[in-house]
Amino acid sequence: MARRSSPEVNAGSMADIAFLLLIFFLVTTTIETDKGISRKLPPWQDEEQPDPPKIKQRNIFTVVLNSNNDLLVEDEEMELKDLRQAAFEFLDNGGGAGSEACSFCQGAGSVESSVNPQKAIISLQNNRGTEYGTYIAVQNELVAAYNMLRNREAKRLYGATFTELEAQYNDPKTGEGRKESLKEKIEAIKDMIPQKLSEAEPKG
Amino acid sequence: MSKFTKKKSGELPAISTASLPDIVFMLLFFFMVATTMRETTLMVQNSLPTADQVEKLDKKDLVMYIYAGKPSQRYQQKYGTEARIQLNDKFADVSEVQSFIYSERDSKREELIPYLTTALKVDKETNMGLVSDIKQELRKAEALKINYTTVQGDATTGNE
Repeated sequence: MARRSSPEVNAGSMADIAFLLLIFFLVTTTIETDKGISRKLPPWQDEEQPDPPKIKQRNIFTVVLNSNNDLLVEDEEMELKDLRQAAFEFLDNGGGAGSEACSFCQGAGSVESSVNPQKAIISLQNNRGTEYGTYIAVQNELVAAYNMLRNREAKRLYGATFTELEAQYNDPKTGEGRKESLKEKIEAIKDMIPQKLSEAEPKG
Repeated sequence: MSKFTKKKSGELPAISTASLPDIVFMLLFFFMVATTMRETTLMVQNSLPTADQVEKLDKKDLVMYIYAGKPSQRYQQKYGTEARIQLNDKFADVSEVQSFIYSERDSKREELIPYLTTALKVDKETNMGLVSDIKQELRKAEALKINYTTVQGDATTGNE
């Protein structure tokens, strides 16, 4: 009780110290950008494989990138901005008949293009000299074409787009029971429109 | 309680700045929690390509990073301007990718190994030759889940 009159500890410089720390952390840290296009690589195969099953030419959508970053789609030159629509039209063509008919396609049904999305394959070949940025842009457009079709079908069947369903599924706040039903829907859409993107080994 | 209330004197007190540290500390903690330290020092130029069909990689501890690009300005004297791979803190050769994957796997718990993803942080001006070489090595090492790390944006105009 004797030291009643002793002065308070001066806390004025505390702010300075805290500011110093704050500035240090602001400068030294970066918010990591961990977003990207996820892909799955095919497993490594050592030995000679038996001949791959024959695929009809109409079911293959060939995309070739050369070392000047030019795009060749189905043997014709194309601008990058048109690729998404072209790939979408190819997937949505639905030119099949009988057992190969596509029940939900709204495309032109051309005999030159794919029979149904399950059979349709997009084949991408790039050159060793192609720029990575262009390659990613092409990948992005092709994934976008798949997502466009998946979104449309998910909207028709479940009233929500495929990307919304996936976002909800990945959201940690979604309950377990809801997750189960979401997973079922996502799998159904994925079965309906599988992402068949084949990459050939680069030339050159 | 009278111990505390008794203190009051007649003088007008100065405006207290005692809560300023609290505010600043609050900001400090926010930044400490919200940001992560870069584990490796980048030795390559790394301007990522843009894309808009992206998925988020959320489990940071399950991601292995492979960087590639031209050496940064200060390493160009020593290593030239040819695009190179960076693993952890040093430049590496394509043949070292496999052993890198194996050592990363060893450092993780066994039940987590199937969920490991390889994030490729590649400069957008790199040639695909190098990227395909990395991909071939990853296939040999059975690290099949990959993610091309990108920046959010329009792909058709952002990559020129």
